[in-house]
Amino acid sequence: MDFIIAKYNYWIYITLMMIGFYAMIAKTNLIKKIIGMNIFQTAIILFFVSISYKRGGATLPILTDADAHGGHVIDVAQYLNPLPHVLMLTAIVVSIATLGVALAIAIMMYRKYHTLEEDEILKAIK
Amino acid sequence: MIVEQAPVLIVVICLMSAVATPLIGWVKRELCYPWVILALLASTCCSVLVMNTVIHEGSIHYYLGSWLPPWGIEYVIDHLNAMMLVLITGTALLVAIYSKKSLEAELPDRTVYFYTLYLLQVTGFLGIVITGDVFNLYVFLEIASLAGYALIATGEEGAPLAAFRYLILGTVGACFYLLGVGYLYMVTGSLNLAELAEILPRLYGSKVILVAFAFFMVGLALKMALFPLHLWLPDAYTKAPSVASALIAPLMTKVAVYIMLRVMFTLFKPYFSIDLLPVTKILLYAGVIAICVGAIMALAQRNFKRMLCYIVIAEVGYMVGGVGVANTVAIRGAILHVMNDVVMTLGLFAVAGIIAYKMKSNELTAFDAIFKKMPFTMAAFLVVALSVIGVPPTCGFFSKWYLIQGSIMAGNWIFVGALLFSSLVNVILFFRIIEIGYYDFGASGAGDAHSHDERSVVSEAPLSMLIPTYVVAAAIILIGLYNQSIITTIIDFAVPKL
Repeated sequence: MDFIIAKYNYWIYITLMMIGFYAMIAKTNLIKKIIGMNIFQTAIILFFVSISYKRGGATLPILTDADAHGGHVIDVAQYLNPLPHVLMLTAIVVSIATLGVALAIAIMMYRKYHTLEEDEILKAIK
Repeated sequence: MIVEQAPVLIVVICLMSAVATPLIGWVKRELCYPWVILALLASTCCSVLVMNTVIHEGSIHYYLGSWLPPWGIEYVIDHLNAMMLVLITGTALLVAIYSKKSLEAELPDRTVYFYTLYLLQVTGFLGIVITGDVFNLYVFLEIASLAGYALIATGEEGAPLAAFRYLILGTVGACFYLLGVGYLYMVTGSLNLAELAEILPRLYGSKVILVAFAFFMVGLALKMALFPLHLWLPDAYTKAPSVASALIAPLMTKVAVYIMLRVMFTLFKPYFSIDLLPVTKILLYAGVIAICVGAIMALAQRNFKRMLCYIVIAEVGYMVGGVGVANTVAIRGAILHVMNDVVMTLGLFAVAGIIAYKMKSNELTAFDAIFKKMPFTMAAFLVVALSVIGVPPTCGFFSKWYLIQGSIMAGNWIFVGALLFSSLVNVILFFRIIEIGYYDFGASGAGDAHSHDERSVVSEAPLSMLIPTYVVAAAIILIGLYNQSIITTIIDFAVPKL
């Protein structure tokens, strides 16, 4: 039980990811698939943000008492790692671009076949 | 000055011209075609320059914005990616020259945006290959994939659905790659490929590293359409516009194989990938199954382009299997096959595009009496087909030779068997087409006597399509003839020290 509670954010990330994965595989509605894909990507964002967390009251890396000549040595354990957050900004941009392309393709299909159900589209193609 | 900046120019020229393409198309649509060719020509010159430097002076390290590696992003070019850069820019240039007539016929009112996406796609491929930063690689992977989905979706009936399925699976693949990067970052705190390679050997016992490695391999297997994960490929490449499939089919899978080589042999040391884990054994069998299934499925197809797609799947099996054999000779064969396969697949899809342009169809029946109608196209096709079958002196023979030699040395007879089996099936596949094309069966019934004269009239493809196809055919023979010097100057440096 401790194992689950101590790392609950990782468990949530796995659960979210599997929900998204299930939607991508099992749903036939294209929009549901797209929503599943987005949940999947968001889960990864949660994962990245989790790995930058540190126990013991670590805070934002804003150095108030550092002098300009770099004479002040900082204690790494006091600060959170900001890099994963920055990486995730890029990943959010990527996931929005993917979402945009996916929705555009879904619209293309809706205009042509007047449905968003995958099996009905397959029937219309054949 | 230019020589120093050449590595970054390769990517930047493509990216910036992609952004400028809609503006140029807005001024005058006809200008887009020469503009794309100009941009790709400049990019090709840069990559040849870079390759030349690499051959004479060794690896190049380019620091973007002069930020040194662990903090900044670095471009690293060694022999393996110098080769890939030349292949990608060369392929893109040839397909761009080839694209004019085919696009006018298939997507008459969307050429401007097509060219924009085309350049973005090339940017993505180049970026994947050139970068020395694992997260940067992910971003470029997504640029290439997103442009690819959009290009494929513009195709014929059913293309949007094929593109959508590809998008879903491709996103899963890229996300797995990103998770792998996350797990590596978790234990090492670095994203730089060279630095990671230095830190990782101390952590090889860690389970986190294993998870990262597994995510990398599964994600990349999805991207390269390795057998059980290949389902997106045939539909997507068959239904894409001819030009798009001529660009994407030779490059996407091969770039994914390149990333796999990097992950297995640069990011992780060969003794981790080969000795500590049973990965190569899995890859070997995956390769064998991919070759057999690809070959058999190709036999069952009635559509030329679809048949080519299954050949691509089988060829991925060659490269993955060659890595799976895991000795120097077989990996040399696999890397040489990456090069050959880009050229051969380009040739095949170029011919498919010409057939689609002239006959308005890619069914095998469209090949009826085609040798009389399009003798020049079919001459080029013969060269490419012989190379895929593996007849010397075409390049396809030599990579197969190294693969077979390597697997005999390792005692992997099953891979030898799969290679021979697929060569035999390729013989059947291509001779079936040659038979249909050479004899005048008359698909519309033998009684059509009046059409006989019409059938034998030569109506060749336009020169803008023929010339690139001939360049490819010439490249196939030249790579075959000079394979020894290519191996000693480039590929032997790219083969990992085992």
